Amino acid sequence: MKTKKMLALTATLAVALPALAQSGLTVVNFGGANGTAQQKAYIEPFEKANNTKVTMVEYNGEQARIKAMVEAKKVTWDVVEVESPDLNRGCDEGLFEKLDWSKVGNKADFQKAAVHDCGVGTFVWSTVMAYNADKIKNAPTSWADFWNVGKYPGKRGMRKGARYNLEFALMADGVKPADVYKVLATKDGADRAFKKMSELKPNIQWWEAGAQPPQFLVAGDVALSTVYNGRIDAAQREGRNLKINWVGSIYDLDYWVIPKGSPNKDAAHKFIALASTPQAQANYARNIAYGPTNNKALALLDAKVLGELPTAPANAKEALQFNIGFWADQGEALERRFASWAAQ
Amino acid sequence: MNHTTAPFDTANLSRQLGRAQRRKQLRALALISPLLIFLLVFFMIPLGSLLTRAVENPEVANVLPRTGQALSDWDRSSAPPDEAFGAILQDLGAIEETSQAGVLARRLNSEVPGARSLVMGTYRALPLGEQLNPAQARAALSAHDERWEELPYWQAIAKNSERWTPDYLLASVDLRRDSQGHIESVDAEQAAFRGILIRTFEISLVVTVIALLMAYPLAYWLSTLPERRANLLLILVLLPFWTSVLVRIASWIVLLQNNGLVNRLLMWLGATDAPVPLLFNRVGVVIAMVHILLPFMILPLYSVMKTVPVNYMRAAISLGSSPLHAFAKVYLPQTYPGVAAGCLLVFITSIGYYVTPALLGGPADQMLSYYVAYYTNVEVNWGMASALGSVLLVTTLVLYGLYRKVTRSELSLG
Repeated sequence: MKTKKMLALTATLAVALPALAQSGLTVVNFGGANGTAQQKAYIEPFEKANNTKVTMVEYNGEQARIKAMVEAKKVTWDVVEVESPDLNRGCDEGLFEKLDWSKVGNKADFQKAAVHDCGVGTFVWSTVMAYNADKIKNAPTSWADFWNVGKYPGKRGMRKGARYNLEFALMADGVKPADVYKVLATKDGADRAFKKMSELKPNIQWWEAGAQPPQFLVAGDVALSTVYNGRIDAAQREGRNLKINWVGSIYDLDYWVIPKGSPNKDAAHKFIALASTPQAQANYARNIAYGPTNNKALALLDAKVLGELPTAPANAKEALQFNIGFWADQGEALERRFASWAAQ
Repeated sequence: MNHTTAPFDTANLSRQLGRAQRRKQLRALALISPLLIFLLVFFMIPLGSLLTRAVENPEVANVLPRTGQALSDWDRSSAPPDEAFGAILQDLGAIEETSQAGVLARRLNSEVPGARSLVMGTYRALPLGEQLNPAQARAALSAHDERWEELPYWQAIAKNSERWTPDYLLASVDLRRDSQGHIESVDAEQAAFRGILIRTFEISLVVTVIALLMAYPLAYWLSTLPERRANLLLILVLLPFWTSVLVRIASWIVLLQNNGLVNRLLMWLGATDAPVPLLFNRVGVVIAMVHILLPFMILPLYSVMKTVPVNYMRAAISLGSSPLHAFAKVYLPQTYPGVAAGCLLVFITSIGYYVTPALLGGPADQMLSYYVAYYTNVEVNWGMASALGSVLLVTTLVLYGLYRKVTRSELSLG
């Protein structure tokens, strides 16, 4: 009798569980301080407005997960935050739904780069140079300073990989931000970037996760580091005296996409629409220093918050926009060359 | 003898025996079937699909059948024939879903950087004209993007028009086929995987040797202890075994960092003035890997040493051998099976390490698995990931074959 009951219960659960999993919306982001800010600005308001439950999942940007889901036609992620190179590649290869912009918002309200067939830009972030102001008094002002181990003794934190670092190396070698990708596209330019990287190589401490560089800086393991600007903002909120040098920083957008075959396409559109409203984006920017993509959100923010964003005129003046097309073409070859270079 | 009155019906008996035998076999099969099915579904089939992925090359052949046909007689060194331009325009025009173009673009781009933007750009610009003849198609394509006149793109298309390719496997040992199909080494600046493979073996070897040197005396000591105390100490050996690898790695980061416990101790002892870099280099990777893999060495050694009678050593010494000599001549050879099993286990497990080097090492300390993960997750180039995985698999099998040849025995854990 008991076993029969158990069996019946298991059977009911087996039928009911997938149904339960389908009823809510699953939103996937990069977690950390960014995830917390999204929870406050987007997910909680969405749950309240629609009286529904949102499951937040963290990932590390692995597109393989989405590809596997789409190929197996078992899509359990409804809204995913992706980086710009993955947006283009995934859109080309049919991993994402084409967005219905009439449900999302007015294209004209958004920055040009935020408007895409398969996605809508959700925030602007930047890879910047940072230092510990408790330890360094004469602030570094350029990538040449970053390479100058005599003037700023100590290790340098850099992201493990070719992306961003090659651009920084060329800027340190005197290339103007506007010309970086033109130079890097040539054989000589790539050689030049790797040669410049070799100069600094003995002093580099590599990082993999975005949370590492602020820790390195606080612990004094490195004197200067490349870092995502939001991480420095989060460390500042914890009372750390870390500072950013915005000159020669590289900014880029993250996007919302809907994996192809999501069973909750309508709800996903609704979520993206809410997360793209000026109010929600302004609220997000107050929680983490990443810039809104909806231009109307800027008017809602006070000067103090605005000044910390990558989109602030003073910060963006000498910044470089990440070139998606360049990395889509050259990324695989340059990363392989980086692996070869790193082993020498 | 009268057959009809025989007390035993032999035919019937053998039938019964046969039936009993079959029943026994069936029962044995039923008993192992859960494992068999499990292995088949979760091991053999994925393994097979991994090996197929490493040589599969359907992207170009699927999307550009006409172009492949038009290029089949091309010598791959002069300018491609006009027919190829006509054919590729037709092929691209016949694509039903953008995703096919995207897959084609990715495949070609991993051969020739830049092919992605060339293919996608052209695909988005379609149609380039109505009812073009091949010469007009050529003019239209070149006018749209002058890179269509460059040979490498066409060579990549021609080379990949076959459904099966050795290219991924070749690339995973830094070889490639040139435009004519001859095998050659890749440019020095692109050569990475041979070095990474050697590094993988190097790290595994160092870890194995250190683990052996540390485990041997410990296992010996344990084997001389009375059962109860030995069991208690074995639990201490196993304790880290039951802790999550990530937790242990995080603890090593705390211990080994510049102002961590180890460095502060060294400076306090006066062994060094400035912190020794122990993290994000080879040292940290080896320390953590030895720590994680030590139980795999201790357990086989211990179980073999338990079976070595103490009397042999005593006999050798009482017959006039020096203790050291007796150890080398009498004790050590009897523990070889344990040494071999422990070393093999640790070495083969090390080869596949991923998390530890990723978190504790620099870019020059990453092992092959890191690149398998990189191609799977970041580049989403599963052919390349499968090829690297196959290289790992084959080297492991070769090593195991060598082990069996040398020790003439199956792997035994005592």
